[in-house]
Amino acid sequence: MTLRKLQVTKRMKQIMAGYYLMGHQAEDVAWVTSGAPVEILYSMDVYPAYPENHGALIGATKMGSHFSEFAERRGYSRDLCSYARSDLGCIFANRSPIGGLPKPKFLFACNNICNTVVKWYEVVSKIFKVPVFVLDVPFVRKDLKESYINYVEDQIYEFIQFTEKITQKKFSDENFRKTLKKSLKAVRLYSEILKMGKHKPSPITCFDAFINMAPIVCLRGTDYAISFYKEMRDEVLNRIKNNEAAVEDEKLRLLWDNIPIWYRLGWLADFFASRNVCLVADTYTNAWTSFLTRRKDVRGLAEIYTVIYLNIGIERMAEFINKLSEEYDADGIVMHSNRSCKRYSFGQYEIQKMIKIPSVVIDADMTDQRSFSEAQVETRLEAFLEMLT
Amino acid sequence: MIVAGLDIGSLTAKCVLLDDKKILSYDIMKVKPNLELTAEEIFNRTLEKAGINSSEVSKIVATGYGRKKVGFANRNITEISCHARGAVFLIPTTRTIIDIGGQDSKVIAVGPDGSVREFVMNDKCAAGTGRFLEVMANALNVTLQELPTLSKRAKKAIQISSTCTVFAESEVIGYLASGEDVENIVAGIHNAIASRIAAMANRIRIEEDVVLTGGVAKNEGVKIALENALGLKIKVPFEPQIVGALGAALFAFPK
Repeated sequence: MTLRKLQVTKRMKQIMAGYYLMGHQAEDVAWVTSGAPVEILYSMDVYPAYPENHGALIGATKMGSHFSEFAERRGYSRDLCSYARSDLGCIFANRSPIGGLPKPKFLFACNNICNTVVKWYEVVSKIFKVPVFVLDVPFVRKDLKESYINYVEDQIYEFIQFTEKITQKKFSDENFRKTLKKSLKAVRLYSEILKMGKHKPSPITCFDAFINMAPIVCLRGTDYAISFYKEMRDEVLNRIKNNEAAVEDEKLRLLWDNIPIWYRLGWLADFFASRNVCLVADTYTNAWTSFLTRRKDVRGLAEIYTVIYLNIGIERMAEFINKLSEEYDADGIVMHSNRSCKRYSFGQYEIQKMIKIPSVVIDADMTDQRSFSEAQVETRLEAFLEMLT
Repeated sequence: MIVAGLDIGSLTAKCVLLDDKKILSYDIMKVKPNLELTAEEIFNRTLEKAGINSSEVSKIVATGYGRKKVGFANRNITEISCHARGAVFLIPTTRTIIDIGGQDSKVIAVGPDGSVREFVMNDKCAAGTGRFLEVMANALNVTLQELPTLSKRAKKAIQISSTCTVFAESEVIGYLASGEDVENIVAGIHNAIASRIAAMANRIRIEEDVVLTGGVAKNEGVKIALENALGLKIKVPFEPQIVGALGAALFAFPK
């Protein structure tokens, strides 16, 4: 075996199974986007369900195209995001790999990750006849302005009132601070793990980061995320101590850009490992490591959620990739041009010209396997490796 | 030392036999559904042309979409590396290679030493490939070989607005129905493929000399349309369709 797998992944599966079960017992359920300030919800004992995480799960179980078709039959275009299509498809089909998400009491969409979520959540709102709160975040082309933070901060306070009214629960400043502290702790641990990829040979691959990212998305702000990432950190740290590499005889170190191709995760991991290539870091999971602030208040929260990776201009994205490539001593970057995620994929050809390391673009989709052509992807990746060696 | 390079593409299979970097023989045939048998057949045909036995061939390298189906090859290398190698061998001043194959097209930038610097390939679409021309020739009821002669006689080039091969075919049929000259339609088809390739080529830095390879390079009309779209002169090697197979054969020699 050329690829060493993490034991902790079994634990992740248990934790996530518990998280899904929790949703069906929860009194108040909200559907939220991946880049929404979930800390408010956890602090008010509202269960957050993640349609995007659900989409990733559907993708990983290779059911993306199947469920997308339920939405397409109702007229949703194939050009729409496949997370949206497959998640809506599950609602229409009245089933999913995990039996569907628990019915929401309200919806919380933050457009810092894309604008599809605004329309997507509007549709969900109509289906379930529940209110939706849209947190509008200005796009940060260059520098983060005070006025942006003021704008987002004001809306978060509005959102608190909105949630109080629906759930009849009181927001507590003390609870919120505790939740934010837990969230930051989990984010620090997750960052610490990802940074271990700087070690040569790397003890982890970005595939480990992808597979084990669900707790940082869904459970940040809870003790579950902290205990899980402690366990994961210890396992990866142990590998470094024992000089165990994730990929045997690591010869090349690459970066990954964009959301993973969930239904081909294993195929890609094996493709690279069998050629002694380690994907040491990625722009996607690193997006969550920027969720850090010194301020432990709502303003701090507003700041974190405004400058996330998908909400910045391409100059800053290119800077970030250059920083990653230096820190991780990467030889090149594989860019997934994701048919679903326009916000992430738009600008990749420009970014290619702005970064210092060689790059290759592969066309695919994160969840919809109809958009994946194995022979084409294989040829591009092989040619890229031939070019680098 | 005699070596062989096989390029098993999506529409045609090519084989080149080299003796110390001199071409002994080469052959091209249409791919059959069974790629393993296609590889054997094209290899045997090329051996026959050179009048040699397979035991005299010391190394075989396969490339192309079917490269992994050539069981008797010693090694397989992607068509990107092979086209670059072959083009630089034929035209040493090559800096950019535009290869238009049956089902894909690619633009490859090479450094002064002939190594691949960067490359782009078309996405999952037949527009900008040889298949596009085949479909159009079929719709016009002419052969592929007639296309360049027809476009030369065109008084103007009609505008094809669809990028999609299927929609473009309907558009062409519409022009025929409205009584448009076939020559003008063919010129429009050549422009359409050229603009598609130029858009892709512009993603990377294009430096001269630019060399056109692949079966479509045999069509002078596409070459001229591409020169106009890119605003530069393009060179075409003597047999552009075997450049990939030639590159593969060159990889068979020790570095």
